[in-house]
Amino acid sequence: MKDLALRALDAVARAGVAYADVRAIETRDREVTTKNGKAGHVSSSESQGVGIRVLAFGCWGFAATDDLSKEGVEAAARLALEIARAGTAAKKADVALAPEEKYEATWVSPCAIDPFSIPVDRNLAVLLAVDQELRHDSAISLAEASMRFERERQVFASTLGSLIDQTRTTSGAGFSALCYKDGEIQKRSYPNSFGGQYQLQGYELVEQLDLLRHAPRIAEEAVALHSAEQCPEGEFDLILDSSQLGLQIHESIGHPIELDRVLGTEANYAGMSFLTLDQLRRLRYGSEIVNVVCDARLEHGPGLGTFAFDDEGVPAQQTDIIRAGQFTGYMTSRETAAAVGETRSNGCMRADGWARLPLIRMTNVSLKPGRESLEEVFGADHAIYMETNRSWSIDDKRYNFQFGCEIAWEMRGGKRIRMLKNPSYSGISTEFWNACAAIAGPEHWTLWGVPNCGKGQPEQVMGTGHGASPARFRKIKVGSAYAG
Amino acid sequence: MPVDAAAIQDQVVRAARAQGVTEVEAILASANQALTRFANNAIHQNVAESTTHLSVRAVIEGRTARASTNRLDPDSIRTVVEQAIAITRLTESDSELLPLAEPAPYRNVDRWAEDTARITPHERARAVAEAIHAVEAAGQTAAGIYSTDETQYALLNSRGVRAEYRETMARFSITAMAGDSSGWAKASACDARDLNPLELALSASRKTAQSAAPRELPAGRYTVILEPAAALDLAGQMFGDFSATAIKDGRSFLNDRIGNKIFGENITIHDDVWHPLQSGAPFDGEGVPRRGLTLVEGGVVRDIAYCRQAAAQAGAAPTGHGLPLPNEYGEMPANIVIAGGDTSVEQMIASTERGILVTRFWYIREVDPYEKIFTGMTRDGTFLVEGGQVTAGVRNFRFNQNLMEMLSNVEALSPAVRASGEETFDMVVPAMKVREFNFTEVTRF
Repeated sequence: MKDLALRALDAVARAGVAYADVRAIETRDREVTTKNGKAGHVSSSESQGVGIRVLAFGCWGFAATDDLSKEGVEAAARLALEIARAGTAAKKADVALAPEEKYEATWVSPCAIDPFSIPVDRNLAVLLAVDQELRHDSAISLAEASMRFERERQVFASTLGSLIDQTRTTSGAGFSALCYKDGEIQKRSYPNSFGGQYQLQGYELVEQLDLLRHAPRIAEEAVALHSAEQCPEGEFDLILDSSQLGLQIHESIGHPIELDRVLGTEANYAGMSFLTLDQLRRLRYGSEIVNVVCDARLEHGPGLGTFAFDDEGVPAQQTDIIRAGQFTGYMTSRETAAAVGETRSNGCMRADGWARLPLIRMTNVSLKPGRESLEEVFGADHAIYMETNRSWSIDDKRYNFQFGCEIAWEMRGGKRIRMLKNPSYSGISTEFWNACAAIAGPEHWTLWGVPNCGKGQPEQVMGTGHGASPARFRKIKVGSAYAG
Repeated sequence: MPVDAAAIQDQVVRAARAQGVTEVEAILASANQALTRFANNAIHQNVAESTTHLSVRAVIEGRTARASTNRLDPDSIRTVVEQAIAITRLTESDSELLPLAEPAPYRNVDRWAEDTARITPHERARAVAEAIHAVEAAGQTAAGIYSTDETQYALLNSRGVRAEYRETMARFSITAMAGDSSGWAKASACDARDLNPLELALSASRKTAQSAAPRELPAGRYTVILEPAAALDLAGQMFGDFSATAIKDGRSFLNDRIGNKIFGENITIHDDVWHPLQSGAPFDGEGVPRRGLTLVEGGVVRDIAYCRQAAAQAGAAPTGHGLPLPNEYGEMPANIVIAGGDTSVEQMIASTERGILVTRFWYIREVDPYEKIFTGMTRDGTFLVEGGQVTAGVRNFRFNQNLMEMLSNVEALSPAVRASGEETFDMVVPAMKVREFNFTEVTRF
């Protein structure tokens, strides 16, 4: 791998580029799913390739190949250079990069139990036991459970002289129960929807999730939702569980602070951001108790956005995004840091494998825990408590959002009064965070993984981390998804 | 590229036999993809990738699993076959799993344009520069992409299935922006010569100028004119439900609705891989030839797609829409053609006393899986129509719309075109004039 990276770097460096970096990557993954008592998707995959990024003629060029022969790598290097030259046909200014140090490092993410050491039949046995438990109630029409594991080793080499060897192992697991009856579909998931929980861990994550213990409750709730009342429409105090709050952070804080969006380079696809440069250190983004960080360091936790170095060789860092409600920082890259007066990137460039170019991506964007007990968070006179995401949508500048959840309860004085089906809430990002009234403490804080964040053209899928505790928000618009 | 699929299949079969396994399927895919991306009136990301993918599936006594690699040397091929067999042996046996598909003739389609396969970064850059210049000349800022791809796909199995397909694809998308407005246009074609980047740039630029100083209208029910990309991205959300497996699982909105009239009489929808504006292979993920389907006729749900296993369970014939095995989803139609009408978008505008013209939708997500309610936003060119004319740009709306209601309220259809959006795959769809479309909120721009 190191030889491959250095060989590819040498192929472009000889051409006299202003800068170049190379990522040689080998990836291994496994996916095991079950559905209604049977094995579903059982697969394993391996991939190797190299991505070559050059800065020449003032423009970027990038070419990636899985032809790792001398000829294949040299052809990719030539193509990257030709692409950079082609970019001069529509160039406004030469690309300039913030300075960065040279690093030589080897880093392996913590992994107590190698997931690839666990045989597939043991994976299936765990999932089929969950499946059987879910289908004890014959009203469950679809029980699905899954595990996914990935290991990626990346050797990064740049013309700065950096040579960084990183290996990251991620795991994910979860299940869902769907009940169709009487012209209605209801679904419950554990520990989160859309595949469950994902972290930078080994098989120990699956053991921590204790899937089987939660299966009876999830099945029971999926069936009970059919008898629940429709979530009312109106303004209510809203309490969110930490997984839904994690996605709320992702959509209404994480994406708006991507500096490439702010500067317009995602305008055609992912969109731009309401956080224009004039808002930095001026905008009141949240209430006094809202503190948000972007933190790729291992100290933050085993998130999908945890690493030692980003994909342009910048060390992992923590950046304050919102401090006591004040907007204080963006996610940057070496190319964009100067736009916000920074002399150095804060290390947020990440690429989806060897075939794609690094972009500014979320690492772990987390809401710091508050000081309230869970009883205080739930202690409002009258509120609606929602759990587990069902749908999510936000405009292309990240102002107006609408989320649906799988289940809700009407709360009075901290007690669950009645279950509600089809809950949803909506609002404007800054107004929502300014309405934050209570955040539970660190003992209730979970670092959730979002494994499927899409961005870029060609599209790249990235895993991001979002830590949150349950929190309460004042006077939020509820129920608009079913309005009209 | 090119790779010798037959030679690799021989190696796969030999490696499987050495392990005592005779039932084996190989999928070999290779692609060269290039994309020139621009923003702020300059090219800023400019990429190319060359990829190969070999995926092997074994079937052993009611068990199946898949292993994949992008290494095609003999040792790697032998290893991936051994991995596929090893994990297959560890899975549970399924009495309903079918043996591999038998060979069946399929009608091929030619969607390969040599000029598109050979287009250079410089040719893409020149087209992009011309488009940028047109937008910049109007005092606006351009962002977008010009991509060209060539892909080859082969599915072969030990029972003699040999299904091969190749395709080229070009896409151009552009957003033009001014102070408080934006406009967008996008097109795709198998032959890059069928794209006109400059025309798309001028269209996006006109929308931007026309939507300047947008008015804020209250949320509510409006007559809307959905341009083809908007109609595609919303109506296109439902086709995964036209699946026998989805219905059996209870996750389809067509449960208890097959044969019912759920849309207006003017809605007829086919799945037709041979349509001249379509793309994609004429066989499915097991190598079964695709059949044409009439999904909806005069508003009534008629056909659904069946993979081999779902067909066997239902006593029906497979329709050639199965996904590669093993999978949880079964099948889905992939070559959607919504029949058009004869009303142009201009005629729809002229016949509208008060309504909203929508260029595109964004971030569409399902709110209710059985009522088929979707939410999303308008984006990049939303206009007020008054007295038969476009009179102003308007701030973008959030909608929460039941698809069955929407497709029951279609007042006019344009001729169908190949439409390309960002929320689903390309389809052949018309523009639609729809009454009582449900906008529930307004955003800040």
